[in-house]
Amino acid sequence: MISIKNLHAEVEGKPILRGVDLEIPDGEVHAIMGPNGSGKSTLASILAGREEYEVTQGSVTYKGQELLEMDADERACEGVFLGFQYPVEIPGVSNLYLLRAALNARRKYRGEPEIDAVDFMQMAQEKIGHVGMSMEMAKRGVNEDFSGGEKKRNEIFQMLMLEPNLAILDETDSGLDIDALKVVSDGINRLRSPERSVVLVTHYKRLLEHCVPDRIHVLYQGQIVRSGGPELADTLEAEGYANLETDEAAATS
Amino acid sequence: MAAHEQDVEQLVAEREYEAGFVTDLESDTVAPGLDEDVIRFISNKKDEPQWMLDWRLEAFRQWKQMKMPTWPHLHYPPIDFQKISYYSAPKSAADKPKSLDEVDPKLLETYEKLGIPLREQEMLAGVEGAQYPTSGSNVAVDAVFDSVSVATTFKDKLADAGVIFCSISEAIREYPELVKKHLGTVVPRGDNFFAALNSAVFTDGSFVLIPKGVRCPMELSTYFRINAENTGQFERTLIVAEEGSHVSYLEGCTAPQRDENQLHAAVVELVAEDDAEIKYSTVQNWYPGDENGKGGIYNFVTKRGDCRGDRSKISWTQVETGSAITWKYPSCVLNGDNSVGEFYSVAVTRGMQQADTGTKMIHVGKNTKSTIIAKGISAARGEQAYRGLVKILPSATNARNFTQCDSLLIGDKCGAHTFPYVESKNSTAKLEHEATTSKIGEDQMFYCQQRGLSEEDAVSLIVNGFCKDVFKELPMEFAVEAQKLLNVTLENAVG
Repeated sequence: MISIKNLHAEVEGKPILRGVDLEIPDGEVHAIMGPNGSGKSTLASILAGREEYEVTQGSVTYKGQELLEMDADERACEGVFLGFQYPVEIPGVSNLYLLRAALNARRKYRGEPEIDAVDFMQMAQEKIGHVGMSMEMAKRGVNEDFSGGEKKRNEIFQMLMLEPNLAILDETDSGLDIDALKVVSDGINRLRSPERSVVLVTHYKRLLEHCVPDRIHVLYQGQIVRSGGPELADTLEAEGYANLETDEAAATS
Repeated sequence: MAAHEQDVEQLVAEREYEAGFVTDLESDTVAPGLDEDVIRFISNKKDEPQWMLDWRLEAFRQWKQMKMPTWPHLHYPPIDFQKISYYSAPKSAADKPKSLDEVDPKLLETYEKLGIPLREQEMLAGVEGAQYPTSGSNVAVDAVFDSVSVATTFKDKLADAGVIFCSISEAIREYPELVKKHLGTVVPRGDNFFAALNSAVFTDGSFVLIPKGVRCPMELSTYFRINAENTGQFERTLIVAEEGSHVSYLEGCTAPQRDENQLHAAVVELVAEDDAEIKYSTVQNWYPGDENGKGGIYNFVTKRGDCRGDRSKISWTQVETGSAITWKYPSCVLNGDNSVGEFYSVAVTRGMQQADTGTKMIHVGKNTKSTIIAKGISAARGEQAYRGLVKILPSATNARNFTQCDSLLIGDKCGAHTFPYVESKNSTAKLEHEATTSKIGEDQMFYCQQRGLSEEDAVSLIVNGFCKDVFKELPMEFAVEAQKLLNVTLENAVG
């Protein structure tokens, strides 16, 4: 699905990513963990096409294409979805209106006609149930007056509607209570299929208990310092990130 | 500034004026200049009675004593009123054509470009005996081309309901008593510099009278277009809603793309008697000039509604995207007890456009209520000021006002200013004022683009959301038109 090679990036001259290598095959769920400031969100934003980061070195291949040469909207139309850590509010624009515009943008990109209004509403009705939200909420302004948990549910709702090939979820689990966490992980599990891949950026093991990843990678100071199976989460939980520094020293020596 | 923001700004700056065509018509135009003879000429052309001419001449005498207002937050070179032609009429209107084939094809082309449906074009071109199917379009149209009203549609159907909808020139001839009774009662001749000028030289406009207890069976609409070179347009509209009546009136304006500035100075007067309601909606798309500020319409308009009767209601809704200069404050004088005034506005300035716009709500009667929602959008080097007055007179016990002014900035070379004036002379009044200024955030843009929307679609989605509170006040057909207009206004023509 996606292949990241020696990715270096900086923001305002400050290096954040210092040579990330990562392969995510079709149909797999990978988790990226690591302490604050290790570059997790930067990596997610760069993959989604945010322009404030400057890629200084390296390449990203997505479905055989050079991902970094595409604009954010083109990436989205090609099936890249970012679940935002802090979803923004867009006053006066209903969630449904944005979603329909997004779906139609994809269809236009593929040379297909616009989605039928009735089909769209039926699809929305079905999928909103999966995240425990009401149509009433879907008609409200995008994230307008939504609580933190509602915003995250809304991201999952959008993901289910847009059916991406590569979903990157940036700390979608942080700040959630148990119920919301279950909704979010159910949503992710629902999306799992042989032709889709998921990247979970997270701090906590608890999401990974509901949503067991194929691989876990630890990002530390802009590099992947450890990779392993789901059991790596337990190790990290037990030992913390404190001894990563020595690991990294060992890795680079 | 981030690269991203620059793109949005450029996108907005490069958009072109879609209604900027010139119609090459044979027209009957008076030489530039203004004196009493020109006023006599206009009055004579329109077969006006003596009282009307006298009224105009008195306005002209007052105007000569007045000076252009300098208080607005606007910058433009002095206007030479002697270089403007005060009358221009398309020739074909003089002898009525027998069928569409005889109509000047250029005129038809113009209507087509303006997006007026074909079957209405026949009527507008003044084809003799042109009839409407009984079903179909439900908007009656009056079209004013330069200085004359070209035609008014649906007259018969309206007449059945007792509604008078015709050009003001016709009303002066056919209903002199009605015009005499109301003209200048809301906006007096000497009200301000531009109102006085309009009173002296107004050439056409619409007249509407809704009789007692009648709910006007359809939307009434006027299209204004300035076409001839160096011509000013001075239309005068008078709408009278008698006791318990109801009317919704729409106006749309466009002008060709010309290098020189053209002057538009209109006066609109609304009278609402007891329990009457007038809803007046405007989509103004006069040519704004190019991105360096060359050309464009100078739009100096006086619009005022008089809620004369108890429980009457006047509602102004405007979407202003055009004009180089806009000076406009649609107002309500709430004379009747329990009367209601509303003002909903979206104004867009981009390129070098400047707008000083807002409203005045004058509370005179008891329990009067007013609502002001003004949304300003500035892009490129656009400058915009909201100027609003809420005045509570000692007689206005329990008056209420709610004001909300929001500004949205696109790029960092534009400006938004708010000048709210409040004068309350009655301690029972309740006034609320909210104001916000925001920028289209990169976060919002990125969010939309990450969902697949192009940069242009993202801008228009965010802007439309910002304007929603105003758009929902427009009649359905107009709301769609306004939304489209806003989209093309803020979109890159090269798409």
